Amino acid sequence: MLEISDLSLTLDGDKGPVEVLRDINFVLRDHLLYVFTGPNGGGKSSLAKVIMGIYKPTSGKIILNGEDITSLGVTERARLGVGYAFQQPPRFKGLTVGELLQLALGKELSVQECNYLYDVGLCPQDYLEREVDASLSGGELKRIEIATLLARDLNVAIYDEPEAGIDLWSFSRLTETFQKLHDRCETTLILISHQERILSLADEIILVADGTVKEKGSKDVIWPLIMGDAICTCPTNCIERAEDSVECYR
Amino acid sequence: MNAIDKYILHTVAGMHDIPQGAYNIRKNGAGISRNTTANIDIRTKEDKPGIDIIVKPGTIGESVHIPVILTAEGLEDLVYNTFDIGEGADILIVAGCGIHNPGNQNARHDGVHDFIVRKGARMRYVEKHYGEGNGQGQKILNPKTIVEVEEDGYAELELVQISGVDNTKRDTVARLHKNAHMLVTERMLTDGNQFAESKILVELVGQDASTRIISRSVARDSSQQIFYPRVVGLNMCRGHVQCDAIIMHQAQIRSIPEIAANHADAQLVHEAAIGKIAGEQLIKLMSIGLSEAEAEETILKGFLK
Ligand SMILES: Nc1ncnc2c1ncn2[C@@H]1O[C@H](COP(=O)(O)OP(=O)(O)OP(=O)(O)O)[C@@H](O)[C@H]1O
Ligand SMILES: [Mg+2]
Repeated sequence: MLEISDLSLTLDGDKGPVEVLRDINFVLRDHLLYVFTGPNGGGKSSLAKVIMGIYKPTSGKIILNGEDITSLGVTERARLGVGYAFQQPPRFKGLTVGELLQLALGKELSVQECNYLYDVGLCPQDYLEREVDASLSGGELKRIEIATLLARDLNVAIYDEPEAGIDLWSFSRLTETFQKLHDRCETTLILISHQERILSLADEIILVADGTVKEKGSKDVIWPLIMGDAICTCPTNCIERAEDSVECYR
Repeated sequence: MNAIDKYILHTVAGMHDIPQGAYNIRKNGAGISRNTTANIDIRTKEDKPGIDIIVKPGTIGESVHIPVILTAEGLEDLVYNTFDIGEGADILIVAGCGIHNPGNQNARHDGVHDFIVRKGARMRYVEKHYGEGNGQGQKILNPKTIVEVEEDGYAELELVQISGVDNTKRDTVARLHKNAHMLVTERMLTDGNQFAESKILVELVGQDASTRIISRSVARDSSQQIFYPRVVGLNMCRGHVQCDAIIMHQAQIRSIPEIAANHADAQLVHEAAIGKIAGEQLIKLMSIGLSEAEAEETILKGFLK
């Protein structure tokens, strides 16, 4: 169980401090699948990074299975079973896919564990020896990132826009994988996504906009809000001005 | 050979035991063991210290190991080795020098390696440098490598400085003739107060000659590195220089690649980058359970592979 209370995050931007998250409160239970959704720049990835320990919250608490982990670093949280698949995974010169998976597993790879690559639509024979460097396509890199998280036995697993850049065939394979994980594991699953098919998997959807939790509920409650304009945070006159400026440049 | 010798041989030449094929092992300024084969002859030079290694034309798939070990302080070893790789041969040469300096005086090895890779021959040359020993004495290695690659020949140089070398000045020059190709990969790690300088000059003399120089280095602590990779195009040719360095702590790195074209059909490219380990890479590895130090180690190991 993951509890977040009164959490806020202010980061140092180029032009002074930026309030990225504020007044975040929720409880995520074991075995349930949550989807964080909301507009670009709303704060989803930042929230995930605060949970992973990459960002230190300005205030608030993070409690994992009764233990206060707010002051713990990334490594310590990883060892307590928190995992995060990056929205934009980094590349590594000289490190192979097999080695990365092995590091994630914490032990030698067995044949069975290579199945994590199948789960993301990659053929192990073709990829285990490849380096996780600039020679991988964006979609391949993203799928390998997901596989490194699948390989781990986690209490909380956060996948940041797993669908981004992934082809349709692999995407359907991936949604099946998440469904299977949800059915079989006690892990608290968090998927950050804009995809209706991923939203359909959720036990609960958390709508993050403007740095805070705007709404929580089932897909039936949240989907109409997303489709409507309820979460547009941009004042109308600003959009009108934007249209004017297009005029100017013609 | 004692345990230290064996360890050094393993580190610099990947030798567990006496190697297959031709070899010449030099220890503290003198040859201690040698083997020749029907196709590969090794002769002691008469006018100066060193050996001539002659590979018969058409010799395929054989190897020559010529490691050098220094295990005493105060030694200054200077050696000239000449390699003649016959037409159409395809051969692996494993050189390498390891210094175990137990004392407070310097130990130094300056090796001059002169290669001719004849028509259509292929040579892969692997050179590893390594130093150890707890005394104050410096471990100094100054290799000079001269390579001439004839028409249709191919040379691959893998130059690795693993660790423990206090001071190095390496100088590599090569001339490539018609349709000859050369790949140079350099890997360097310095730490403490070590100093390393590497000059590489490849002249593309013949038509359709090509080369690629890939240098990857890591400078830690207060160490210093300077790189001068140069490619000169004198004909229709292609050349690519790629220098990539990771800088840490108080280290200093200078990277000065140069490309020079003296022919309108020379296509030359250089890229050079120096930077610290990307924060994202560290965080990614820490997020799968590695400590910061383990993450750093993993990234550097991959980078220098
Ligand atoms: N390191 C940072 N420094 C300054 N501002 C930041 C930093 N990280 C994020 N922000 C800002 O915080 C806000 C939230 O960013 P975040 O990446 O969390 O959004 P998101 O909901 O994941 O968006 P997307 O759907 O585009 O991935 C954005 O306005 C962003 O510019
Ligand atoms: Mg995001």
